[in-house]
Amino acid sequence: MTNKPLTLAEKVWNDHLVVKGKDGSPDLLYIDLHLVHEVTSPQAFDGLRLAGRPVRRTDLTIATEDHNTPTWDIDKPIADPVSRTQIEALRHNAAEFGVRIHSLGDAEQGIVHVVGPQLGLTMPGLTVVCGDSHTSTHGAFGALAMGIGTSEVEHVLATQTLPLKPFKTMAINVEGTLRPGVTAKDIILAVIAKIGTGGGQGYVLEYRGSAIRALSMEARMTICNMSIEAGARAGMVAPDQITYDYLEGRPHAPIGADWDAAVAYWNTLPTDEGAKFDTEVFLDANTLDPFVTWGTNPGQGVSLNENVPNPDDISDPNEKAAALRALEYMDLKAGTPMKEIAVNTVFLGSCTNSRIEDLRAAAAIIEGQKKAEGVRFMVVPGSARVRLQAEAEGLDKIFKDFGAEWRFAGCSMCLGMNPDQLAPGERAASTSNRNFEGRQGKGARTHLVSPLVAAATAIRGTLSSPADLLEQNAGAN
Amino acid sequence: MEKFEIFTGVGVPLRRSNVDTDQIIPAVYLKRITKTGFEDALFSAWRNDPEFVLNQEPYKAGQVLVAGPDFGTGSSREHAVWALRDYGFKAVFSSKFADIFRGNSGKQGLVAGEISEEDTEKLWAALEANPGAEITVNLIEQTATIGELSVHFDIDEYTKWRLLEGLDDIGLTLRDEQAITDFEAKRPAWMPKTLPAKH
Ligand code: SF4
Repeated sequence: MTNKPLTLAEKVWNDHLVVKGKDGSPDLLYIDLHLVHEVTSPQAFDGLRLAGRPVRRTDLTIATEDHNTPTWDIDKPIADPVSRTQIEALRHNAAEFGVRIHSLGDAEQGIVHVVGPQLGLTMPGLTVVCGDSHTSTHGAFGALAMGIGTSEVEHVLATQTLPLKPFKTMAINVEGTLRPGVTAKDIILAVIAKIGTGGGQGYVLEYRGSAIRALSMEARMTICNMSIEAGARAGMVAPDQITYDYLEGRPHAPIGADWDAAVAYWNTLPTDEGAKFDTEVFLDANTLDPFVTWGTNPGQGVSLNENVPNPDDISDPNEKAAALRALEYMDLKAGTPMKEIAVNTVFLGSCTNSRIEDLRAAAAIIEGQKKAEGVRFMVVPGSARVRLQAEAEGLDKIFKDFGAEWRFAGCSMCLGMNPDQLAPGERAASTSNRNFEGRQGKGARTHLVSPLVAAATAIRGTLSSPADLLEQNAGAN
Repeated sequence: MEKFEIFTGVGVPLRRSNVDTDQIIPAVYLKRITKTGFEDALFSAWRNDPEFVLNQEPYKAGQVLVAGPDFGTGSSREHAVWALRDYGFKAVFSSKFADIFRGNSGKQGLVAGEISEEDTEKLWAALEANPGAEITVNLIEQTATIGELSVHFDIDEYTKWRLLEGLDDIGLTLRDEQAITDFEAKRPAWMPKTLPAKH
């Protein structure tokens, strides 16, 4: 073996190779952590039952309830029969197969991608899978984390491995310093607008550069979370001291000599000097503004200071057609300043932006301010643990005083599988990750925003950045 | 998954082409949480029609389907194969299958054999002349036989091998079970474990 310089993703891949694929057949990779939720697992467990197979490694598997769980009245039976059936099936399967589960009402219940990191189960260098596309979130730790389908869930439950085809690597270099009011969400929305919703197809993305290194773990999770919106297989950030500081002392983090051994290994993971990526992309953090979407896919975004784009200015005929259709669905006119768009609802939540830092950042902006008349502000912590922590810090009081709904943990309005939905024609500023047609309710219109923009928008009623509040206050004086 | 070598069962002539997966199983059934029990869903719209072939007595117990060209087109739902399997079908013949449907069949132990249009007509005629007649499907020889009539069917070598061995995707991986166990033995002690729960 020569010492060919390798990327982070290649190292993790190589270290999990169980069987190398021959003649173009996929490699068989070992899976270190399998996260399970109620939507994509019932048929996988049923398949095991049918074939008389056990879960191979219950000690590498963990389940939580998130997509269907209500965020009000969580002590009452779930009204919707499909939701209730899925949750009951998960509880039953977990009990039958011996899988650890965090059910509604449990302090560790919450969105699967919030729960794994918060328990310290997500670590650098792991392979992590879940029957959910936003599994890419866990890549923030330098793990190779991928979303899988139901038949693959069954495969991992039975074998703790997955046959996987090789990937290409893409470096996303973000250099410079973010200006105040600009966040990780704005970076990733700008990246997707740049490379497009299919730009990452077949790639594992590695986010690099001084702007990424300066981000907290939670901010890195926000970025990796949305890798899938660029079509990527996964997104990663190399582990560093920030990663270790976040992990140390968490319930499942190694301790003592194990911790030292782990850190020694993790230190070998970052991409080697001279390693070659198949593609490189560059983004200047210094000039970045808050970014928001105007259309119906996450790539249709602009700086908040700009106007709704004119489809006539788009040369690609497919993209132009998509833009026309999106503007019609969104009921927007080309040339309208983004800041003049009024919303009915602000949603702070989802696996993209529902962690404690997101709640703190939004609370800091609304504290002592008045909510815009007629605007509904829903705050849905990512996990019961985040909710408890926020309450310990008094954030719930700030939200409630402001007039926001302080809800229980879950996916909630991110996809509206539970009763948290927009009415047809309603418009939301949402910190989630998908602005697809009908995603947040039939006929609902979604603008993806950062938590800071969400908070400022709740105050002004139109899409706004924190800087607009300062101007407003200065104007009033 | 059971091994498939030679199977004999009642043949059903389905004189329709372009049977897409929505016709095999409509989307309303996709909300279910099981991987079995889809027998009622199979061709559910057509089964309201008393004239439909599966509603006729000798064909009700059908286990070998002979359909027109372009079977299994449309959405890629695996449920289409589950519904056929749950109803009791072990083999489907057509002069042309949608690729995804054919792939899904092989993974669930359902033989999807390609026959010529001419042979399709012959099988249909034989089944209609003698309702309830049985077809013998010989996967080793790749033949479908009704009495004196025997036709050849095509199936790719890899799928044939998997069906003969009774290997689903998981079974295939578990042939490398030793390699998985060896890999597990070398995993470092600090790697995370979800059990026992620490709180
Ligand atoms: S919060 Fe939204 S994107 Fe995240 S796992 Fe739940 S539904 Fe999926």
